[in-house]
Amino acid sequence: MNRSLQSLQSSWKWAVQTARLCCGVPDYDVYVKHLREHHPERAVPSYEEFFRERQAARYKGTGGRCC
Amino acid sequence: MHTRAANPPSPAGKILWATIAIVGAFCLGVVALRRGEPINAIWLVAAAMAVFVIGYRFYGKFINNSVLQLDPSRATPAVLRNDGLDYVPTDKWVVFGHHFAAIAGAGPLVGPVLAAQMGYLPGTLWILFGVVFAGAVQDFMILGISLRRGGRSLGHMLREELGPKAGIVAMFGVLVLMMIVLAVLALVVVKALTHSPWGTFTVACTIPTALLMGVYMRWFRPGRILEVSIIGVLLLLGSIWLGARVAASPTWGPMFDFDAGTLAWLLIAYGSCASILPVWLLLAPRDYLSTFLKIGTIALLALAIFLAAPMLQLPAVTKFIDGTGPVFQGGLFPFLFITIACGAVSGWHSIIASGTTPKLLANEGSAQMVGYGGMLMEAFVAIMALVAAASLHPGVYFAMNSPGALIGTTVQQAATTISQWGFVVTPDQLIQTAKDIGEHSILSRAGGAPTLAVGMAQLLQGIMPGEGMMAFWYHYAILFEALFILTTVDAGTRVGRFMIQEIVGLIHKPLERTESWVSNLLATAICVSLWGYFLYQGAVDPLGGINTLWPLFGIANQMLAAIALMLATVVVVKLKRERYVLVPGIPALWLIICTLTAGWEKLSGPISFTGAARKYAQGMQDGKLLAPAKSVAEMQRIVTNNYVDMALTGLFMLLVVTMVVFALRAILKAWQINHPTTHEEPYVALSSMAS
Repeated sequence: MNRSLQSLQSSWKWAVQTARLCCGVPDYDVYVKHLREHHPERAVPSYEEFFRERQAARYKGTGGRCC
Repeated sequence: MHTRAANPPSPAGKILWATIAIVGAFCLGVVALRRGEPINAIWLVAAAMAVFVIGYRFYGKFINNSVLQLDPSRATPAVLRNDGLDYVPTDKWVVFGHHFAAIAGAGPLVGPVLAAQMGYLPGTLWILFGVVFAGAVQDFMILGISLRRGGRSLGHMLREELGPKAGIVAMFGVLVLMMIVLAVLALVVVKALTHSPWGTFTVACTIPTALLMGVYMRWFRPGRILEVSIIGVLLLLGSIWLGARVAASPTWGPMFDFDAGTLAWLLIAYGSCASILPVWLLLAPRDYLSTFLKIGTIALLALAIFLAAPMLQLPAVTKFIDGTGPVFQGGLFPFLFITIACGAVSGWHSIIASGTTPKLLANEGSAQMVGYGGMLMEAFVAIMALVAAASLHPGVYFAMNSPGALIGTTVQQAATTISQWGFVVTPDQLIQTAKDIGEHSILSRAGGAPTLAVGMAQLLQGIMPGEGMMAFWYHYAILFEALFILTTVDAGTRVGRFMIQEIVGLIHKPLERTESWVSNLLATAICVSLWGYFLYQGAVDPLGGINTLWPLFGIANQMLAAIALMLATVVVVKLKRERYVLVPGIPALWLIICTLTAGWEKLSGPISFTGAARKYAQGMQDGKLLAPAKSVAEMQRIVTNNYVDMALTGLFMLLVVTMVVFALRAILKAWQINHPTTHEEPYVALSSMAS
């Protein structure tokens, strides 16, 4: 029971991560972990700030989607 | 080189693969050889799955081990440059989902539907063999090559491997291709919405829905994509329901009833405004909706095909393989191979395979699954679109996809003409189909989307019967395609703007600045007028537009694929792995032959733009009106448009030839040197990066 609940949780996490990445928003937790480990001097943005920055960044480059 | 111990296949494995091969060959045999009686779509789907699985396991693996020599012990750009934002080592299934969502678009749904005029067999065979030997090879090799170069873009790699001039030529080619893509996709929407108040109303509703979502996510619940997307989808489903009432209302209905020319202008106006608004307001929310609806709709289509298991009513091969088809002109070779671009091989994918994806892969060992496997999934979508079209009544299919100039504008004329072609259909059947889907007419709705929508609606009706359900599903499918295409138009106009600024910046430096309003507005105006011109030309074209623009799009898209495969060929030679040069070399050569032959036939001969322009110019000189033109102005327009299309075709051919010269030069040079000369980054062991 516990195990199936756990696998359900991890599949949900996978789905959320994939869905967000499809919209150009990478995993926030991974980013925070990266900042804490490699750039402890930088301020950690809130999810909302992180989201806005990524949203703007997605449509700056070229390509990104297909016909 | 770090090689892995090859595992010898176990006896059970051998039996499994032999079984898959036999089942696949049997299904393919049924699809290819059974004549005279309709076959079930499941045969086709099963054959496709067997071919894909075998192609992945054997050819994909061969490319992985021998041609690209990918190495799971080698650190990827995501690991080397991990910044938590663009370069992030990510779970391979997440990358796969992201990659597939980025490559799957309207293309694989439209091309196979148009190609169905030749029967389902030619399209099926090209999709199956094209994807295994060309499309998936291109995606996978470009991904693998980019992985070894810090996740660089296609343009950047072309500059490095083929020289700076080749990079500029390719950039220019991509820009022109993009304008044609936007025009032809927008035209698909115009064709679907012409005189369809229900469709127009629901598609118009996506604008306020997206604005609402944008505002909600900006101020009320920032970053809650799932929540806001659910609200958006519910609003859209509500707008489909409301659309039926609007279309039936004598006051509201006519307000959403437009002809093709007006719709084209509306789309041009929309594209200009949308690409200037902040992205969070309109583009981003639209993007979320279209991404989720796209995945959901593809899943729904797969479910419908498996559950409904329709019979394929279209013949395996029709007489139109001789080039006299009403949907597009031109014979099987080369036109089948440029009509089905996305789904078999698509140049666009090389941009995505060298964009975000290589920056996310945590291990080189996952590249085959994402690059090769992702493209196989896309081919499967194309097969499903083909099934949806082929399971329609052939008479209905041709009524929907032939221009009015050929089949007339009344159901009686259309039924008579199409029956004469050998696809017996009665006017009542055409009227009944229109009534079932809640529209006034189904005639001459070329462009793939409406045909796919009718096919899908029939399949879904088959598994979920109910009063008025078919009309609902039809408009759902139209809404999904239009939503998706409008997102592309918006995003594409922005990307086109950046590219124009980059190109103009080569001539006049200050115009390159993307923060300058003057330069932005100027570049946006240039971009919108470029695709807008072709859209309007297609919308008012008495011959229907799609049969002019789609070949141009196909030639351009396959041209880009040829360029990407040439890059792969050059890299293989530069790595001194000449014995594998044919792996990317043969598909590159095939696409060069197809684009140049198709281009040539469009430049001179009976189906050429030049021929059409001359014919109408001669008619004007003689003071005659040639059908379908109804006035001298229309004659003049046909002449001008054909000359423009002719010039564009010539330009594409020149681009291909130039790139061939650059590639051959690079290949010859590399062949003579006896050591690798490519720009690969040095090996770093993954184990040394473990944190």
